[in-house]
Order: sequence, then C-alpha cells, then structure tokens
Amino acid sequence: MRWVRLRTGTAETPIAPAAAAPAAIALARSDCGALWIELMGEPVALRPSGGLWIERAGAFVAGDLHLGKGSSYARGGQLLPPYDTIATLDRLEAEVRALKPRLLILLGDSFHDPQALDRLHPEDANRLRGLAMGRRLVWAEGNHDTRRGVSALGVLPGEVADEVVLGPLTLRHEPGPGAQPGEVSGHLHPCAKLVAAGRGVRRRAFATDGRRLILPAFGAYAGGLNVCDPAFKGLFEAPPLAGALGDGRVHPLPFSALCGD
Amino acid sequence: MDGAQTALPSRFQAWFEGRGWSPRRHQIDMVRKGREGRDVLLIAPTGGGKTLAGFLPSLIELAERPPRNAAGGVHTLYLSPLKALAVDVHRNLEIPIADMGLPITVEARTGDTPLAKRQRQRLHPPDMLLTTPEQLALFCAWEGAREYFADLRCVILDEIHAIHGSKRGDLLSLGLARLAQFAPHMRRVGLSATVNDPDMLRRWLAPAPGLADLVTGDPGAPPVVEVLVSQNEVPWSGWTARHAMAEVYQAIEQSKTALVFVNTRFQAEMAFQTLWEMNDANLPIALHHGSLAAEQRRRVEAAMAREELRAVVCTSTLDLGIDWGSVDLVIQLAAPKGSSRLVQRIGRANHRLDEPSRALLVPAHRFEFLECEAAKEAVEANDLDGEPARVGAQDILAQHVMGVACGEPFDLQALYAEVITAAPFADLTREDFERVVDYVATGGYALRSYDRFARLVKGRDGRWRARNGEITARHRMNVGAIIEIPVLSIKVASTRGQQRVGGRKIGEMEESFLEQLSPGDCFLFSGRVWRFETITGLDALVTPAPGEEARTPSWGGSKFALSTYLAKRVRRMIADRAGWPRLPDDIQEWMTIQQLRSKIPSEDEMLVETFQRGRRHFLVAYPFDGRISHGTLCQLLARRLERAGRQPLGFVANDYALAVWALQPMGEMDMDALFQEDMLGDDLEAWLDESFMMKRAFRHCAMLSGLIQRRQPGAEKSSRQVTFSTDLIYDVLRRHQPDHLLLRCARADAAQGVLDVARLGRLLQRIKGRITPVELSRVSPFAVPVLLEIGREAVAGAGAEAILQETADALIADAMELD
Repeated sequence: MRWVRLRTGTAETPIAPAAAAPAAIALARSDCGALWIELMGEPVALRPSGGLWIERAGAFVAGDLHLGKGSSYARGGQLLPPYDTIATLDRLEAEVRALKPRLLILLGDSFHDPQALDRLHPEDANRLRGLAMGRRLVWAEGNHDTRRGVSALGVLPGEVADEVVLGPLTLRHEPGPGAQPGEVSGHLHPCAKLVAAGRGVRRRAFATDGRRLILPAFGAYAGGLNVCDPAFKGLFEAPPLAGALGDGRVHPLPFSALCGD
Repeated sequence: MDGAQTALPSRFQAWFEGRGWSPRRHQIDMVRKGREGRDVLLIAPTGGGKTLAGFLPSLIELAERPPRNAAGGVHTLYLSPLKALAVDVHRNLEIPIADMGLPITVEARTGDTPLAKRQRQRLHPPDMLLTTPEQLALFCAWEGAREYFADLRCVILDEIHAIHGSKRGDLLSLGLARLAQFAPHMRRVGLSATVNDPDMLRRWLAPAPGLADLVTGDPGAPPVVEVLVSQNEVPWSGWTARHAMAEVYQAIEQSKTALVFVNTRFQAEMAFQTLWEMNDANLPIALHHGSLAAEQRRRVEAAMAREELRAVVCTSTLDLGIDWGSVDLVIQLAAPKGSSRLVQRIGRANHRLDEPSRALLVPAHRFEFLECEAAKEAVEANDLDGEPARVGAQDILAQHVMGVACGEPFDLQALYAEVITAAPFADLTREDFERVVDYVATGGYALRSYDRFARLVKGRDGRWRARNGEITARHRMNVGAIIEIPVLSIKVASTRGQQRVGGRKIGEMEESFLEQLSPGDCFLFSGRVWRFETITGLDALVTPAPGEEARTPSWGGSKFALSTYLAKRVRRMIADRAGWPRLPDDIQEWMTIQQLRSKIPSEDEMLVETFQRGRRHFLVAYPFDGRISHGTLCQLLARRLERAGRQPLGFVANDYALAVWALQPMGEMDMDALFQEDMLGDDLEAWLDESFMMKRAFRHCAMLSGLIQRRQPGAEKSSRQVTFSTDLIYDVLRRHQPDHLLLRCARADAAQGVLDVARLGRLLQRIKGRITPVELSRVSPFAVPVLLEIGREAVAGAGAEAILQETADALIADAMELD
C-alpha cells in the first residue's frame, strides 16, 4: 500500500504532515477497495460499505442505519420494499465477518423512527443480537437520541453511550460545532456529486479534512445531503475530501471537482 | 346532397347554408353512425371539419331532446390530449350553439379550472364537458362517479393517433372501460389524423374484442413538399442547418405566415437567434417551445390567431392544436425523422382542403439530405409510420385499480372482466391481474410484512375498498400518466438585502441541463443570452448577458430517432445509383468518393468499415436504424469487444451509423459472430440491470404505480425533494425480489422505449449473413459524420463508475506528482 499526501487547500499551501496541518491528508488505496486515511495521525480505513475501520482499536463504526425506514413509509401508505432492514443487516454482518472487530459502534439514528424498534421483525432482532456476540456493541446515540428507545434494556444487547473515545478519536452521532479535531460523526448523511460526460453522478460519501470525519449513512434507504450544502459549512478547516462509495471501492474526490444539487 | 338533407335536421342544414358551407360527406356519415348508436373512428386530414363532425351527432341529439324537469347529467364527454385544445374546441362549439340558439351547455374542465367552478360542475353538470384524459382518471376515483355519468351518451376522443401508443393511452383506455360501466348507453367516437393502420385504432377505440366502425374523410389536395438545396455546401454533421438559414429567411419573407418546426428546444433557440440576426426586414418572428413560460406561449398563440406574426419557430408543442388560417408554409428544419410527424406538421399549413399545403424541408447535414428526400417520397406515397399497438403497462393498471377503489368498492371478478375490455389489456391473464391488485394492496412483496398496512382491504361483502380516506386523498392528488421531468424555474436574479432572489420567471429547464452549467456560463433561452448565476431551491437564477457568447449545450441532436420506414427508404436511395444524379453535387461527390474508397452497401446489406486512425482502431457500422437502437447496439458491442480482448475505449452513434474505437484492431474479427443476435440475451440482461436507464425506468414505474407519491397532502414535493432515492430502492429490490412486478415493468419500459430492443432485434435479424466488412487504410466519407459526433454528444449509459474513477485517478496522479 502506498501512501500519498494530498493537498486539500490551495496550491500555495505547503505540504506538511497530516496531523499538523489541516491542509493535507495522507491517503492510500488498498486492494479491498477501502481508502485509508490518517485521521489526526490515526490510520483508519474508509470502507466501500460506508463504514469505518479503526484498525488499532479493532473497531468498526457504522452511522445512521435507519432500520425500519421502509416500514415507516408503509405505515403512511407508501409501500416501499420491506427489504431495507435485511439489506442493511446483510452489509453490517458482511463487514463484521470480514473484519472481526472487537468493538462494533453504531453511531446513532440506528432506527428510523421511535416505533421502528417495535416493528422490528423478530428475526432481524436476532441478527442484531448475533452481532453483539463475542464483541462489545455500543449504541452511540447522543443525548438527543434516547427517544428512539434503543436503550430499552433487555430488548437488544449492547451498551448505550453518548460518545466513545478511542485514542485521538471521539465518536459521536452529531458533529459538534466549530473545529472538533479527531471527531468521527454521522447524522448529516453526506453525499458527493460529480457532473461529467453529460450526466450527474451522486453517491454517498465520507467527508474529511484529515482532522474530522463525517460518515455516510449506512442504512439501505437513507438519503443523502450534498457535501456542498451550507449545513457542512464551518465544519472543516480546509475544503474536505469526499470519499465517494463506488462499486466495491471508495473513490477520493477533491472538493473542487464536486458540485451542488 | 339528398343524403345530407335527410340526415341533418333543417335547423342544422340552414345553419350550414347560412355560413356558406355544405356539410361534408364524412360529417353526414358521422351523424348517421350517431343515430345508429355505433362506436366510430373518424380519420380525416386537418382542415376537414373533423371536430365538428365528432360533435354534430351530439348537438343534434341534444337539440332534439324533449324539455325535462330535472337537470340531466353529462351527455357528451370530450377528451383531448391538450388542455389548450379543449379550451379552443369550447370556443368553436359556442358558435353553432349560439347561432342556432340551442339549449345546450358546454364547459371545459382542466387542471387550471378554479376549484369553485369544478365543484359547481359536480353539482350541475353541463351537457357537454370538455376535458383531458387526466381528468377522466380523476373522475374514476370520485365517489359518486357512477351516478354522475349515468346519463352519458357519447365520449369523443380527439387526436387519438397521438395518444394510443403511450402509457397515457393505457390509462385512457382503462378509464373508458370504467366509464362504460357507469354509462351503459355510452358510445365512443374517435378522431384521428391519417394513420397507416386504421384497424389498430379501431380496435383500440372499441371495447375489446370489438372493432369500431370507420368513417374516412376525403383526402385533401396532396401536399407540395420541397427539399431545400442550399447554395452553400451541405455540412458533414451538426443539427443547426445554419448554412441554409438565409434561404429559410427568404422563404419566410415570401410567405404569408410560416411555421418553422424544429425537433428540440435548443434547435428552436438557435434557429430563432439566427433568424433574428438576419431579420433586416424586421419581420415579426416569434418563438414557441415547451420550456417557455406559459404566459409567453399564450401571447404567441394569441398573436398567431390575430394574424400578426410572419413566422413562429416551434417544436412539437405546436404539432397538435389550434388551427390558424393564415399559415401557408411549413418549414421543417433538420430532418423530420418520421413521415407521420411530417404529415402532421404539414397539415398545420393551409386549412382549406382544396388547396395543397406547402412544406419546405431543410436538411442539416448530408445524410439528412437523403433522409429529407426519403421523407418527401414517403409523404407523396402516403407511406406513414406510426406507433404499433401496445401491451398495456401494469404500473398504469395498478394506478387505475387504486383509482377504482377510491371511487367505490369493487368485486375482483367484475373488475377483471371490465379491465380486459380495454384493448391494451385484452390479453391480461387473471393471474397477472391479481398480482397487480396484490401489488396495490400490499406492495406485492414475497416478504408479507405489510399486510397490516394494506392500502386495499376486503370487506365482509367480498368487495375491495381503499383502507381509509387519507389513502384516497393521496391517490387523487397523484393520478395521471405524465411523468414530469425534473425542471427548475429560470428566473431573472434580483438582489434583496444581501440575498440573491428570483424575480420574473422566464421559463423552465431540465435540471439535467442546468447542472452542467457553472456560474458565469452563458446560454441561449427565450431568444436571449443569459448568464447562469446560481441555483436556489427550485429556481435557477440568471442575469441578462447581451452580446456574450452562448455556450452550445452539450447535447443538441434530435430527440426523435429515425423511423424504420424512412430508414429503409434512405438505404434504398443510397443503393440506387440511377437515382444519384437527382441529388445536389456535393452529396453526389461524397457518395462517389465513398464508392471509390470504401463501398456503397446494397439495400439489405450492412457495411462495416474498420481502419486505424492515430493509435486508435475504429469499427464503423451503418445499420441506418435510428440512434436509439444504435446506442444500445454500441453498449452490447463494447461488452463483446472487451471480452474478445480488443480493449474498447468508447463509442458514438447517430441515426445512420455507429462507431466503436479500441486499442486493438478489429478488422479480422468474424463480424457475423460479433453481431450475433444472442447478444440480446445475457449481455443485454447484465448490462440493463446495471444501467442508469433501468433506474430511470424504475423511477417512472414507481411513480406511476403509486409506490412513490409525487404529491403529498399539504405540500407539493418536487422530484428533487423526494426524501428517498428510488435508485436505492431499486438496488435493494433487485437483490431481494428480482421478479417483482415493478422490476418487470421497468425492464419492459427500458427495452421498449429508451433502448428500443425490439427494433434492435429486428435489425440484427435483418443483417444476419448480410454483413459486408471492409478494411480501410483510412477513414471513409460516410464515416465522417458519425466520427464528428465524438465528444459532442453525451453517450447514453456512460458508466457512473467510470466517471468517479476518472476524477479519483486524476486526483491521485496529481498527488503522486507532488510526492
């Protein structure tokens, strides 16, 4: 694996080690399609699934599962295919099988609505229990999130936490205001859009400037918010790099190549 | 005339005479058919008094109706594919009614009709109601529709040649079947322009398996069609016909009023701009296309009606519609692509039957010259192309079933019996029907987890009904088979405080075009150059940029593909050397050099040229079968060439030819094997499932079938704001239930429409064993036009993955350089 240092700022910005200067990100592409970056000096893999692999901590992180989104719409009369929860759990299980994490962190908005847990199919609940076997499962819900009821003890295994600190990294659901060096969050569902060859391509994406990282939504039906949206303004010290999810690989895209919706 | 006197009541006879007219034969025939209570299709050329012929029987019946105490229901329902036409017909009907003092009320009803008026129409129905197919779909979903239409005697369908071959036609056909249940005495009257297969329309019109009677109008004088031979050289490629615009302007000067038809809005803008630049005589020339603001289009139409304009540059928005007496010339800029469309457009000139319509065809490049000649021959031979009969779409059936349930509870067996009387659904099996009903009720998923959310529930009486009022209300907001392409309003930017906000709206444009612009880019719209500033919400803000150079849009070609009928004529024309001397010199020269350097294919063979140019190896094939099937063929060829290790890099297609280029030579390949029909099997399936065309088709099916509702009570959602992506749903559904109803619908649509797979199949069959490969040392004259399109046209289906990869690679390369 070969690491390159990538400028994310202007051409005048000197190239410097990533941890010290926000204007550069160290990154490497691996054979399995993941994109490795150094986040505050910590090597982490942005996985094509949309999840994050923190190797030294043996932790796999997935944000915004939105389980039960399909049935939430069905309740309101739009009968979306009921396979989203299955599809999301399939992907989560595949990652767990591949990486064998010691720690599985679900970064909030795991259920689409307050009643989604009640609608959860018993079989799907069993799969969630299975994921907690032999490892620590943490529901990093954030304060605003308790209404989702995941913490209803006894229904599902795992611990509930506002945030999780792993070395230089702090994992929480919602990005905090201003500069948050080392923060890994979700909530915003970033996606990136390119226009080329007469068409637009819009994909879920990681967004990072090497100091903080926002994960794309992991849930099968979760929509996306363009990283050019004002909601992302002020979160990054330099224009972020987008790691767009492609077929089995993560494509690093410079902010300058992206366009808004 | 004797027949006329016995058929027409004296009051009507006198009215005709008073206007200096005598009733035409087909008008009398229509009155007879009306008295006999027959379903009837009237085929007559424009200007033949077709609309009046359709209404005469109803006018007579209503005039002869004895006075009644209670107000009756609707007697005649008129459905037109165009709102404007319904309004215009209303105006025209008022004339005989007022002249003869008939006690008949006529009202129009469209989506624009004020709510109060629509409510009044429900309480006090007019004798004649003029509306659109979408309103009929809405009527079906009304409670009480059965009573409302109980007295209906006649339904008149206008311009059915323009609607039967589409999903709108499917929905209309189902609506008629429903209406027939409400109104057992209803008869059907269809009005159509000349078509090549009247029997197909007769079957479509009548309840299956019946056949409507046919009345044909007398043909008008044959049109006089000319192909413009420009003094300038005919270009090798392109679509603007700029080389001939001075001659077009001259033709406008010499006519009273000209309609200048083009195939796309961008062509319209370009042509209008060019004409305006050379408009030394200051002729009043206007522009009309579907993106312009509605008020502006209405202004142009009104000016035409007042005979104040000398020319209108227009797109298919004026193919159908209101008659303007003053038009004496139709100019078709760039090839018409099909003979029926051309005949329809020519019919817009000179609405007097005894004088010929005049048309001038202006080819934009060399192959188009041949195509225009072919079109001219086809018009002279009255050889029309047209939509074949179609199999009704099940997403549309799903929408209809939901609508029926919103109107009243239904019995499964009775509804099935009703649905198969709609011609497009005549072959629907009971099993498929029940699958559609299950889809409407529960989504049709193998995983039966939605039964408790069912939209349809079966009552104790065994009948199905909508689960609740909310579901009914939502459905009523979403009826119709028209998919609106995501558009943004184009507004002139103004500044309010620190904010840029949208001011006056000048029109609408596809999001897909606008997203290719960067702030500061200039483009042509509504006859002026604008600078693109930004997009805010659903508005694209622009500022005037007079004098700036407009950016040519990245797609410009015709949105219609060359029809099979014309293609065949073009092939014949090329093969027929005896006919060459009739062509202009530069075209002859071009074909002669082709003969010397490569080969002129015979009528039923397909030429395949291979040659090297730079480091690339090219394969150019000439199927002459339309850009859509060529594009699909390119995709499939590229897959095969990839497998054969030829390393294909790209491809391009136009209506006549296709080119693929690769790193390895392809000349020695077995062409019969390369173009084997079996590519329509697994290769097609595999490619299709991944392609964005399939995702788009799925999105449309999801909307039309009610899986996703475009409009929600309280807030109108634009497609930009749909909170979930149909692409995500597609991916999940494809993996978990690949045989789901909607996926089957989407595959059928993609194969039929965007990909034209059926036509490609016929093409591959036609060329089997008839491929003539020629290895060349350099590019041939015939290959030039298609090669000139490289980079100019977006290639449909360009891989999303490739786009991502390219940008990422560039980034990495950049980074590596610095390392």
